[in-house]
Amino acid sequence: MNGFVHSFESLGTLDGPGVRCVVFLQGCPLRCIYCHNPDTWDKTKGVSFSAEEVVRRVSRYRSYFGETGGITVSGGEPLLQAEFVTEIFRLCRESGIHTVLDTSGHGANPLSLMPLLKETDLVLLDMKMTTEQDYDEKIGGSLRQVMDFLLLLERQKIPVWIRQVVVPGITDSRENLFRLADLLAGKKCVQKVEFLPFRKLCKEKYSQMGIPFPLDRVPEATDSFCREYASHFYELLSAEQKSR
Amino acid sequence: MEHKNWMGFAGESWKEHIDVRSFIQDNYTIYTGDESFLSSPTERTRKLLAQFEELLRQEQENGGVLDVDTEHVSSLTNYKPAYLNKELELIVGYQTEKPLTRGVNPFGGIRMARSACEAYGYKLSEKVEQEFTYRTTHNDGVYRVYSDEMRKARKCGVITGLPDAYGRGRIIGDYRRVALYGIDRLIEEKKKDKADIAMGVMDTDAIRQSEELFQQIAFLQKLKEMASMYGYDISEPAADAKEAVQWLYFGYLGAIKEQNGAAMSLGRVSTFLDIYFTRDMARGILDETGVQELVDDFVMKLRAARHLRTVEYNELFGGDPMWITESIGGVGENGKPLVTKSSFRFLHTLYNLGTAPEPNLTVLWSKKLPEPFKRYCARVSVETDAIQYENDDVMRPIYGDDYAIACCVSAMKVGKQMQFFGARCNLPKLLLLALNGGRDQLTGIQLGPQMEPYAGEILDFEAVRGRWHIYLEWLCKLYVNTMNVIHYMHDKYAYEKTQMALHDTNVERFMAFGVAGLSVLADSFSAIRYANVKVVRDENGLIEGFETTGEFPKYGNDDDRVDQIAKTALEEVYTQLKRNPTYRSAMHTLSVLTITSNVVYGKKTGATPDGRVKGQPFAPGANPMHNREQNGALASLNSVAKMPYEICRDGISNTFSITPDTLGKTEEQRVDNLVGILDGYFAQNAHHINVNVLNKQKLMEAYEDPQKYPNLTIRVSGYAVNFHRLSKEQQKEVISRTFHQAM
Repeated sequence: MNGFVHSFESLGTLDGPGVRCVVFLQGCPLRCIYCHNPDTWDKTKGVSFSAEEVVRRVSRYRSYFGETGGITVSGGEPLLQAEFVTEIFRLCRESGIHTVLDTSGHGANPLSLMPLLKETDLVLLDMKMTTEQDYDEKIGGSLRQVMDFLLLLERQKIPVWIRQVVVPGITDSRENLFRLADLLAGKKCVQKVEFLPFRKLCKEKYSQMGIPFPLDRVPEATDSFCREYASHFYELLSAEQKSR
Repeated sequence: MEHKNWMGFAGESWKEHIDVRSFIQDNYTIYTGDESFLSSPTERTRKLLAQFEELLRQEQENGGVLDVDTEHVSSLTNYKPAYLNKELELIVGYQTEKPLTRGVNPFGGIRMARSACEAYGYKLSEKVEQEFTYRTTHNDGVYRVYSDEMRKARKCGVITGLPDAYGRGRIIGDYRRVALYGIDRLIEEKKKDKADIAMGVMDTDAIRQSEELFQQIAFLQKLKEMASMYGYDISEPAADAKEAVQWLYFGYLGAIKEQNGAAMSLGRVSTFLDIYFTRDMARGILDETGVQELVDDFVMKLRAARHLRTVEYNELFGGDPMWITESIGGVGENGKPLVTKSSFRFLHTLYNLGTAPEPNLTVLWSKKLPEPFKRYCARVSVETDAIQYENDDVMRPIYGDDYAIACCVSAMKVGKQMQFFGARCNLPKLLLLALNGGRDQLTGIQLGPQMEPYAGEILDFEAVRGRWHIYLEWLCKLYVNTMNVIHYMHDKYAYEKTQMALHDTNVERFMAFGVAGLSVLADSFSAIRYANVKVVRDENGLIEGFETTGEFPKYGNDDDRVDQIAKTALEEVYTQLKRNPTYRSAMHTLSVLTITSNVVYGKKTGATPDGRVKGQPFAPGANPMHNREQNGALASLNSVAKMPYEICRDGISNTFSITPDTLGKTEEQRVDNLVGILDGYFAQNAHHINVNVLNKQKLMEAYEDPQKYPNLTIRVSGYAVNFHRLSKEQQKEVISRTFHQAM
C-alpha cells in the first residue's frame, strides 16, 4: 500500500518518548492559524512511498531507539491516510518498533480508525483549542470530533499524551486552563499533558509559499511561561479529579 | 623480580617483563556506580587555580603567547625548575623557567623556529642561531631530498600539512612505565636489548636501531637529571600515589621539552593511576578529596603545556592545541569494563577546574560500559562540550585493551606501536587536477601525468572516473614517497628519544595517510552521475567551474547511492597507497580527519561539481557538507557510520552539533537521548564522534563579543578548542556548519 510522505526526521526527541524517527505525512484537513507546517497541507504535493519503504527507512534507526524510542507518524494529519499508517504500524510492530500517532483527531474515516488504534502504542493528541467556537474560527475543525476521538481512546485503553500549543493571547488564559482541565477530567487514558510554546520558525516557509502568516504579529511563547502554565494545569486537574 | 614499592600489587608477569597492561589487569578495581562519590576542589586547588587563571588571562591579553624564551633550546635539562606556587603545588614541573613561557625548539627546522618567534614579536637569540648554524635540522634533511614534484604538490596544496618543518608528533610514550618501573629498570632493559642486537647481523636496520637505543638510554638518564633538578629521584618505582602521578608526569614533561610534535598525547593513564590511588586509600594515607586534588593538580599541569607555533601552522591546526589526549574507559579483552573511579575523576576536572580543551578527554565507548558511566559522560557532554567518543568495540579487536588515542582518532597500543604522521591529501583538488589534465587552474602549476583537459561540455561519470584513477595512482605514489623522505629525516635528525625510550624496542610502525574533502568528492561524483554537470572554462580552456542542474543524492542522508561513492573512494585511496612500499616497512593506515585544515584546503581548491564555490571550506573530517542533510541528525550519522574503519585504521572523524532543545526537553531527557544516540551510532561500527550541545546563536554572540563567553569550549575535528583561540575565519566556518535543530 502506498501513501504520501512529506519528509523524515531521523532524530525526533520531542514527539513521544525517547529517540524517535518521525515520519511526516502529507495532507491536512485543518488550517490552524498558527500552523507550523503549511507545506504539508496539500495532499498532492507529497512523495509516494510504500509502507514497506517507510518501515525500511525507519528501521535504519533502530539501533538508536533503545528501550523507549521508535516511530512517530505525524503530519499533516496522519488520520487522512489511516490505512497507510495502519500498515506502517503493523510492520513496525512486527519488528518490535514502538508506534506513536501524532494527530489532531480529525480526518479519519470511522471504519479505518479501529484497525489503526489496534496497532498504536501511544497517541499524541493535539487539543488545539478548548471551545467549539475557537475550533471553528481558528482551526477549521471541531472540538466535538476531538472529544469523540478521545472517548474512543479511553474505551480502547490507548495511552494518550495531550498536547496544546500555547499561543499568547489565544491559548494562554486561565479560562483556557479551566476548560482543558474540565475536558480531560476523569480520562484514565491521559498520561501526560504537554504545553508547547508557540514559535515562529515557520515564517520562512510561509514567505516561500507566498502566503501571509496569520500570527505574524503575535509574540513567541517562552519556555518558562509554558512550564508555569503546565504546573497550574496539573494543580487544577488534581483539584478537579478530587471534586468528582 | 620484586621491589618494596610494589607491595600490595598482585601479579607476576609484569614484574619479569615491562608489561603495564598485565599490571592493570591484575590490579585494577572496576567501578560500576555513579558520580555521587566525587569531591569538589579543595581550598588549595582553588588558590592555585586562581593563580593559573590569572596567567591564562595575561596570555590571552598578550595575543595568545605569554612569553617566549629565546635564549635556550628546549630540552630536558636546559631550564631551571619552575613553579607557579612552590608551596601549593602537589605535582611539579614546567617546560621552561616560567609557567606558560614557550621554549624554542629548532630541531624540526630553524626557519620555522625563527618565524614563530617573529610572529609574536620576539627575535631568536644569537646564541641559538649560532648553535644551529652548524647543525642539520629535520627540515634541512627533507629539503635536501625533496624532488621538484614533491615541492610542487606541497605548493599547490594537493598535499598539505606535512610534518617536514616541525615535530611529527602522534607518538605516545608509555609514561606509566616511569612510575611502575623507575628509570633504572628501564635503562637496564634497553641495555639488554642493545646487547642482543649486537649478537645478530649488523645491517642498516640493526645499526640504526642500536644508535637509537644509545640515544634512548642517554635520554632516560636526562629524565632522571631533570627530575633531580626538581628534587626527585625517579630511579626507582613510585612508592605511593603522589609519586606515581609525579613520575608519570615527569615522563610526559621530558617528552614535551624534547619534542614539539603536532600531537603530544598522554595515553591511557586514569585506570593505571587508580590502582595507586586505591592502594593509598586502603593504607589510609589518602582520601577521596586527596585523590581528586592530585588529579586536579596533574590536569592543571597538562593545561599549562605549550608549544611555539608559526602563523601558517595555526591556520592548519587552529586554537593552539597540544592534543594531550587521554583515553578513558573502554572494556578489557575479558569483557570487563576498564572503568574505575578515576575515569570519573578525570572527567570531573572539567567541573573542578572549569571547562577547557586540554587534556583532550576521549571516552572509549562500548555497549558494555556501565550505564551510570555512560550517563555521566553524556551529562558532561551536554554541560561542557569538551569530550569526544571513540568506538572501543571496533578498536579492541584490533588493538587489544591497552591502546590509546594519539591526537584525535589514531589508535595505537601504548608503548608497542607508533606512527609516522602524514597529514592529508586534498581529494577534491585531485579531481580538479584530473579534469584539467594535471594543471592546477588556481596556480597554473603543472604536475602529475600531463593530459589534455577534459574535452566534453557535460561531465560523463565513467570518463571522469577513468581520469580520476590515473591521477589517484600518481598521487598515492608521490604521497608515500614524500612521507618516506620526511620520516627518514625525522628519525635521523629529530628522533623522539624520550618517547621511544618508553616504548618496546621492537615497535610496530604505522604510516598514517589522510584525506580531506571526502563529502565534497562524494557529492561531486554523485552530481556527475545523477545530475547534469556542465563545465565552465577559463580563457586558456581550463575548467574553472561547473553549472550543475537537476537533483542528486547527497552524502549525509543515509542514501546508499552516494554513501557508497564515498566508501569506494576511500577503498581506492587505500588500495593505491598500499601498492607503494613505506620507510621501515610501516603499515599503511588512512584517516578521514582534517583538524581545522578544511578551511585552508577549501581555500586552495576551485569550484567543484557538487555546487561548492571556489574557496569555500570543506566539511571537516568525514562530515557531510554543511546544510545538505535533509533527513535529520541520525541520517547524517548513519552515512558517516558506513565509512569502513577496517581500511581507515587511522580514524574517521565526525563532528556533531545539536541544539539542546533538539536533544530533549529536560536535562534528564537530553542525557538519556545522548546515550541512545551514542549507543545507536557505535552499534553500526562507526568510529568517532565529537559532541557539541549548543545553540548557533551562542557562537554568533561569542563571535561578535568575545568577552561574553570567555571560556567557551567546543569540539572541532578530533579535539576541543577555546572558541576564541580560533581565527575569525575558522570561527565563521564553525558557525556555518549544520546544527541539528528540530523545526
